[in-house]
Amino acid sequence: MSKPRKVALVGNPNAGKSALFNSLTGARQKIANYPGVTVERKSGRFVLPTGEPVEMTDLPGSYSLDPTSPDEEVTSKVVRGLFPGEAVPDVLVVVLDASNLEQHLVFAQEILALGKPTVIALNMLDLAERDGLVLDPALLEQELGVAVVPTVAVRRKGLDRLAEAIASAPRREAGAGQTQLTATERRVAAHAMAQGAILSETPRHRLHARIDRLLLDPWLGPLFLFALLFVIFQAVFAWATPFADALEAGVVVLSDMASAALPPGLLRDFITQGMFAGVGSVVVFLPQIVILFAFILFMEASGYMARAAFLMDRMMAGVGLSGRSFIPLLSSFACAIPGIMATRSIADPKDRLTTILIAPLMTCSARLPVYAVIIAAFIPSRTVGAGIGLQGLVLFTLYVAGIIGAMVVALVLRSSVTKGAASGFIMELPKYQMPRLGDLLIGLWQRAWIFLRRAGTIIFMVTVILWLLLSFPRAAEGESQVDASFAGKMANGLAVVVEPIGFNRDMALALIPAMAAREVAVSSLATTYAVDAGNDEQAQALALGDRLKTQWTLPMALSFLAWFVFAPQCLSTIAVARRETNGWKWPLFMLAYLFGLAYIFAGITYWSAIALGL
Amino acid sequence: MTLDHLAIGQRARIVAVYWSSLVAEEAQRLRALGIEEGASVKVSNRGIFGGRDPIAITVGRMTIALRRVHAAAMQVEVLQVEAMQAEVQ
Repeated sequence: MSKPRKVALVGNPNAGKSALFNSLTGARQKIANYPGVTVERKSGRFVLPTGEPVEMTDLPGSYSLDPTSPDEEVTSKVVRGLFPGEAVPDVLVVVLDASNLEQHLVFAQEILALGKPTVIALNMLDLAERDGLVLDPALLEQELGVAVVPTVAVRRKGLDRLAEAIASAPRREAGAGQTQLTATERRVAAHAMAQGAILSETPRHRLHARIDRLLLDPWLGPLFLFALLFVIFQAVFAWATPFADALEAGVVVLSDMASAALPPGLLRDFITQGMFAGVGSVVVFLPQIVILFAFILFMEASGYMARAAFLMDRMMAGVGLSGRSFIPLLSSFACAIPGIMATRSIADPKDRLTTILIAPLMTCSARLPVYAVIIAAFIPSRTVGAGIGLQGLVLFTLYVAGIIGAMVVALVLRSSVTKGAASGFIMELPKYQMPRLGDLLIGLWQRAWIFLRRAGTIIFMVTVILWLLLSFPRAAEGESQVDASFAGKMANGLAVVVEPIGFNRDMALALIPAMAAREVAVSSLATTYAVDAGNDEQAQALALGDRLKTQWTLPMALSFLAWFVFAPQCLSTIAVARRETNGWKWPLFMLAYLFGLAYIFAGITYWSAIALGL
Repeated sequence: MTLDHLAIGQRARIVAVYWSSLVAEEAQRLRALGIEEGASVKVSNRGIFGGRDPIAITVGRMTIALRRVHAAAMQVEVLQVEAMQAEVQ
């Protein structure tokens, strides 16, 4: 079999590159990192009309080959064949936003000057026409000297012609027919070309300017943003319930089937109490994670995310950060790992470090399982005022606590360990666009798969190890299995430390495996109480929440919640922070300050609750 | 007049930029976005607090958010005709 042709997609940010990439490669995508850096590498395959296979990579959006961020550096090196370990692309596809040619042609000229076989995708023609702009691709083709294919990636228009153009992209020579231009000369040339390609232009009030008048309004804008954030959190809690219940029922059915099929003994216990109780109790949170990511992906793809950054910039500036930190921090609500990785778009190193350090304070989806179980068990399900559930309100409060904590920490860090010049904020606000359902689904699937893979690997392993620690050595007659086990003895030691903040031994026990991933705290509680219940069928039948209610008081539960607002219980986050900061210094600092905060705030919560007589 | 004093909806041309007063990377980024001498700009939105920071400006068909400190480094001259049109609208 012949080696697939290597094609790279390049273009300015917001040119619709990712939509084009999704349309061409479908869901068959591979996501990894470029070696040595944490810039996401997306690649996928498709087949040209000639039957030749193509491997396409979607390079990070850039304004210039002269990089101002790690993202742009990757693009700059890959297209010039200078990135170690990365094959030189055979064909470059430059994606241009048709309604923003004047800007996008500047970078396109830089790419064309490399002399590689190049095809231009004149994308988002429909949006240009919506704005009253009619273009002639043929005129542009004459000017640029390479094939210009009109595409509307979100409607899958022009894809066949683009594939044909890739298949027949002729060889070119570096600097063919043009001398090396300066940036200013390229801009002048881009202006002339863009004007030349315009057939007609009706000055029309552009839709996005009108939307911006509302969404960036000094008063309505922030109001809308906070209303949206509140809806997201209510949705995560309320909409997911039926799906989570269905998944939970499914796990119970499977567990019962295994239980019926296997002879009583250690193997059966392992499968039902270890595997199903542990992994099952984490997998049921998939619906909540999917809903949260659906909102985040929609905000990104619609162009609203950049507006959110604009609205938040002033507030972030108050603690020494910029609106750019808002996107990594918002992503951290789903998971701190993509959040920390997204900080690479922050140019200022001190700004970036501060954002990395506070990212774990954003309530990630892995905390949701912990919050959800405990809120459901201890907070009554009633409404306070019109349509606002008390449970949702408590959840919202926990999120707000994390945010306020992060802001205060940022302020302290910016005036101490990450002291430096105030950072700037320069960002393009892309056009509003209705995201394509397919693109959202591909994104959702990738996120869900990452979560499930974690459930299948790390969480599974931790659950198994915990079950082993809990099940051995076997208890003597009349002795509780948990008390006799290795884990019980480890927890006894830890319990002394966490006793002042109201934690009992089972809670201390849950903290040990939760270091691997926070959500494991739930499965470990489930495993602990399942093992503890032993063959007592009545106790077994009680749902985890009900069992917690018999074991914990309300102040203990609140203290546990407060602990999880701050505790750095996720080794993967620490590992990513190490990679992003190139050393152990900052991740260790992060561990120390977060554990300190968690301990202090759990203690304050516990003793306040006791004092209030809760 | 500098760009940070331009009223919302007013169109102006950048006549001079005090590049040396900006951080090098930020200057480079502004140039890459086409915000440099000769560019025609319009303030489309402003924030609410702290001197109405940040500022969203329109350059060509792009909207770009930047801070007041960047705008203060740009000397602009108001384009009269368009300014009047904007008022009529």
